[in-house]
Amino acid sequence: MTYEHDIDYGTPAKKTDKAVTVEIDGRTITVPEGTSVMRAAREGGVDIPSLCATDSIKEYGSCRLCLIEVDGVRGTPASCTTPVSEGMSVKTTSDRLTQLRRGIMELYISDHPDDDSPLHDMARLVGLEGNRYGKDGHNHLKTIIDDSNPYFSFDPAKCILCARCVRACEEVQGTFALTIDGRGFDSKIAAGTDQDFLSSDCVSCGACVQACPTDSLFEKRAMEMGKPEKTVITTCAYCGVGCGFKAEVKNDEVVSMMPWKEGQANQGHSCVKGRFAWDYAIHEDRILNPMIRENITDPWQKVGWDEAIDFAAKRLMDIQKEHGRKSIGGITSSRCTNEEVFVVQKLIRAGFKNNNVDTCARVCHSPTGYGLRETLGTSAGTQTFDSVMDTDVMMVIGANPPDAHPVFASQMKRRLREGAKLIVIDPRKTGLVKSPHVKADFHLPLQPGTNVAMINAIAHTVMTEGLMNQDYINERCDTDAFNDWLDFIIQPQNSPEVVSEYTGVNAEDIREAARLYATGGNAAIYYGLGVTEHSQGSTMVIGMANLAMATGNIGRLGVGVNPLRGQNNVQGSCDMGSFPHEFPGYRPVGNDEARGEFEEEWGVDLDPVPGYRIPNMFDAAVDGKYKAMYIQGEDVAQSDPNTHHVEAAMNALDLLIVQDLFLNETARFAHVFFPGTSFLEKNGTFTNAERRISRVRKVMEPVQGMDEWEITCRLGRAMGYDMHYNNASEIMDEIARLTPTFRNVSFDLLDEKGSVQWPCNEKAPEGTPIMHIDGFVRGKGNFILTEYVPTTERSTRKFPLILTTGRILSQYNVGAQTRRTKNNVWHDKDVLDIHPHDAENRGIVDGDMVMIQSRMGETVLEARITENMQPGVVYTTFHMPESGANIITTDNSDWATSCPEYKVTAVEVRQTNRKSDWQEEFDDFSESTRHIAE
Amino acid sequence: MVNTDKAVEVINQYIDIPGGLLECLHGIQSVFGFVPKETIDDIADGFNISRAEVHGVISYYHDFKTSPRGKKVVRICQAEACQSMGSRDLTRRVEEILGVKIDETRVDGAVSLETVYCFGNCALSPNVEIDGKLHARVTSDNFEKLVKGEEA
Repeated sequence: MTYEHDIDYGTPAKKTDKAVTVEIDGRTITVPEGTSVMRAAREGGVDIPSLCATDSIKEYGSCRLCLIEVDGVRGTPASCTTPVSEGMSVKTTSDRLTQLRRGIMELYISDHPDDDSPLHDMARLVGLEGNRYGKDGHNHLKTIIDDSNPYFSFDPAKCILCARCVRACEEVQGTFALTIDGRGFDSKIAAGTDQDFLSSDCVSCGACVQACPTDSLFEKRAMEMGKPEKTVITTCAYCGVGCGFKAEVKNDEVVSMMPWKEGQANQGHSCVKGRFAWDYAIHEDRILNPMIRENITDPWQKVGWDEAIDFAAKRLMDIQKEHGRKSIGGITSSRCTNEEVFVVQKLIRAGFKNNNVDTCARVCHSPTGYGLRETLGTSAGTQTFDSVMDTDVMMVIGANPPDAHPVFASQMKRRLREGAKLIVIDPRKTGLVKSPHVKADFHLPLQPGTNVAMINAIAHTVMTEGLMNQDYINERCDTDAFNDWLDFIIQPQNSPEVVSEYTGVNAEDIREAARLYATGGNAAIYYGLGVTEHSQGSTMVIGMANLAMATGNIGRLGVGVNPLRGQNNVQGSCDMGSFPHEFPGYRPVGNDEARGEFEEEWGVDLDPVPGYRIPNMFDAAVDGKYKAMYIQGEDVAQSDPNTHHVEAAMNALDLLIVQDLFLNETARFAHVFFPGTSFLEKNGTFTNAERRISRVRKVMEPVQGMDEWEITCRLGRAMGYDMHYNNASEIMDEIARLTPTFRNVSFDLLDEKGSVQWPCNEKAPEGTPIMHIDGFVRGKGNFILTEYVPTTERSTRKFPLILTTGRILSQYNVGAQTRRTKNNVWHDKDVLDIHPHDAENRGIVDGDMVMIQSRMGETVLEARITENMQPGVVYTTFHMPESGANIITTDNSDWATSCPEYKVTAVEVRQTNRKSDWQEEFDDFSESTRHIAE
Repeated sequence: MVNTDKAVEVINQYIDIPGGLLECLHGIQSVFGFVPKETIDDIADGFNISRAEVHGVISYYHDFKTSPRGKKVVRICQAEACQSMGSRDLTRRVEEILGVKIDETRVDGAVSLETVYCFGNCALSPNVEIDGKLHARVTSDNFEKLVKGEEA
C-alpha cells in the first residue's frame, strides 16, 4: 500500500491558479497563493511545531508555538496565520524562536497532568526540560472527566483550549455542538449549554476526538488497548457514502477505526456508525459454526463446513429434480462485496441454471436503475460527491442526509454555509430543513405519494415561464421525445395551481422553488428512498432526469441527478448482475451476444429468460412453485413489506439457506445456516453511491474459518458446477473481463489509486468522476412522459392518516449491526411521530402506547408528539424487529421495478395498553426457532 | 415559569439585524432580569445557530446573568486603579454591610454584589455602581449612606 502517509499540513489547501514561490529555511517552495507559511513549509518537508493547527479546519493562531522569523518583518508571526507572499524568506528555527517556544510550552506543561500525553511529545520536540513554575499555583488539574458518551471521554485537565474540537464540530461536521464556556482562566470546552456530551447536541461523529492534539478527548477503547501495531486501509460497511477508514490493529484486534484522510468519499471525516459502531463484528451473537436442521421447529445442529454444504447441495438438487430447474433461486446482498455478490449470481445462473436471482436493491433503489437508464443511459448517479462544492442550488427530495448519509450531509452543509441555496421536498421537516447555520430557502412539505405531481409542476413552471436551457436541449436531447414531453408538461393539469390540491403545497412556493432551481446557477438534485419507494418510484426518477435535462443540469461539475444510495454496496450489487433480467454490467440475459460471452467464460449454457423478482419469489413460494432459496446477508422477514406474506412464503419453502453474521429474523425459517464474515474479515470491493469502487481489506482472518465467496463456490462444486478462485482478486479479474464498464478495474489499480469510479475502461483508464460530459451515455437524452397517477393507498375514513417510514442516525436499517453496539443509548426503540393536532384528536399524549392499524395488519409503538410532522402524516423508523413496521406496510409497488411502496400506508392510530397479536406471537416464535443444540 | 412567548417576541426584533445576538441578549435580560435557560432554545432557533453558540456568548460576557439578580445590584470595581485606592478593603466592608459575598446574591434575594473590571472612571477611584448609578471615591463610611440613600 502506498497510502500509509498521513501528513497534517496544518491549514487547508488553497485552490487558486496563481503560484507563489518562497524560501523557507533555505528551501525554495512553490505553493498556491493564499497558502499559509506553515502549510508551505510542511509541503516542502520542513516541520514547524504546532498545537492548534490541523488541515481539516481553518487557521486559528492561538497556541503561538508555530512562530517564525520573516526577513524584513519585525517580530515573530505565527506561521499558520501568515500567508505566503512572493519572494518571502522565512526561518523556522533560531535561538530566539527556540526560547519563545520553550517558554510557551513551559506554561502549557505547568497546567497539565504529568502522565505522558501527546503534549509531552511536543514539549520534547521543542526541547523543553522541566517546568520552573511547578504545579502549586492555580490550575485545572482537578477537573471532572466527562464519561457520558459511550465511545469517548473528555478530560478537561489535559485541555489546552486550542478549540480544535469546537472548530472541527463546526467546520468539519457542521453540528456546532461545542463551545468555549466563560473567558480567561475560567474558560473551558463545553458541550451544548455546559451539559455532558451525551445530553448535548453532539452526534458522536468523532471529529473532535480526531482533532484533539492532547488526548483530552480520547477514545475509550483505544485508551484501554494501547498503541496499535499496524494499520489496514479499508472501507466502511454501513451506508452508500463508502467512507475510507484506517483500521488500527493490535494482536489481530481492532483498536479503533480512524477515518482515512485520503479516502475520496469522506476526506477524513466519519459518522458515529463507521467510526465507533463497528463492534457488532466481534459481538458474542455472531454465529461461528455452520448449522443444519430438518425442520424449523428443530433445534439447530452445529456441523462442519463439508457436512453443511453437502446437506444444502443435496437438498437443492433433490428439489430441482422433483420440482424443476426453476424451483430454486436466491437473493444477493448489498452489504456484501462485489466479489461475493458476483459469485452468488454466478452460482444461480450457471449452477442452478436459471435466473432466479434478485437483490435487496429491489426494495430500495431499483427505480433509480430503471429511470436513469431509460433517460440518460446509465443506471447510476451522475456525479462525484465533491461535485457538491460547485453546486449553487441543491434540491433534496425524499432524502434525509444528516441521518442516513451523515458524512455527505456534512459536506452539503459546508457548501450551504458557503452560500449555496437549498430546496427540500419532503413530507417531514428533516434535519436539513433547518439546523444551525443551514436553512432551506424552500421546504415543500408535500403529501406522501405526490412526488410525481410535484416534479411535474416544477417542470411545468420551468417550461411555461421560459426558464429552460433550449440550446442544451437542442444539442444533447432527442428532439421528438422532447417535443412530446413539452406538449404533455405544459398542460394545465401539471400546473402548480392544480397540483397544489394533491400535494398540499402552496402553488407560489412551487413556482418560486422551480425558478430558483432553473436560474440559480449550477443546480443539483439529491434524492433518496423517499423518491423510489413509491408506486410511481420509477416515474419520479424519470421526472427528475427530465427536469435536469430541460435546464441543462447534467454533464458537468456541480449539477446532476444523484441517488443517495442506502447501503454500502447497493450500487455494486446492482452492477454485479443481481437482477433476474441482467448479467453483470446491466447486460440483458436475453441478449445473445452478452449471454454468449458469459457462456464462454463460465463454460455452461445459460437461461435466456429472466427469472423471478423478490416479490414473485414470495408469491411463487406461497403458490408452491418455488421451493428453495439461498439468501445472502439480507433479512427479508424484517425488511420486506407485508411481513405476514413474507413469513407465509418462508414457511412454504422446503429449503431455506441463510448466510449471515447473526441468526436474523429470516433465519428463524431456515434449514441451513452458513455463518458469514464481517467486513473486517473480507478482501474485496464495495461500490458507493458515486460509483466509486473502494477496497475492503482483511483486518483479521474469517472468524468462522471460510471466506464467504468460498462458501458459495463450494456449494456450486457440491452441486457439480466447478467454481474456483484462489482469492478475491481473481474474482474481480473475471468481473473486469465480463463487464465493459469495469474492464480496467483490478485490485492492483485500486491499491495504486485508492479508489476509482466506473466506467473504468479503455476510454477512461482511471475512472469517471462525472458522467455524460460530452453527451449522454445512451446517445441523445430521452424525455419520457410522467403522468401523475395517485397511489391506490389513500387515506380513508377508516384509515385517515398516512404512515411514512425512514431511518435515524444512530441505527442502520434492520439494526442487525447497530442494535448490537452501544449506539442503543441514542435509540433503543422505534417510536411513532405524530403531529400535535392528530394526537389531540385521538386523546394521545406524548409517550402513550399506540396501536397503528393498516389494511394489512397492526402493530404497537410508543407515540412521540412533534411538529416536525405535518397534520395527517405519521412516521416511524424500522430498526427494531419487534416494532413490526412491515406488518402494516402494503404490497403496493413501483409499476416498473416492483420496488415496494414503503413510504405510503394509510393507517389509523389509537391508544392501547397491549402489544399487537403479531408482536405477542413474534416473542414466542422468536424464542422457539432460535434454539441451538449444545 | 418563564414566559417564552414574551421571549420569542423579543428575539424576533433582533434576528434580522447583523450581530443582533448581543442586542437580543440585552433585550431578554431587560425583560427577565437575566437570561433564563428556558429561552436558549428559542434564541438558537431564532438566529439559526446552535444552543452551544448561544451559551458561549452568554458565558463570555459577565454582564449576562443566568440566574435572577437581587432587587438591588451593587457592583464594585476590582481593576488596578481602584485596587490601588483600596477597593479590596472596601469590598470586604461592603460584604459585611450587605451580608453577602462578592459575586453572590443574598439568600433573601434583596441584593447582589458583583465584580466589575473598570468603569472608565479611574481618576476618581474607587468606584461603585448601585442600581446603575455610578458613585466615585467611595469609602466604607459613605457607602452605607449611599446604600441607604438609594433605598430611601
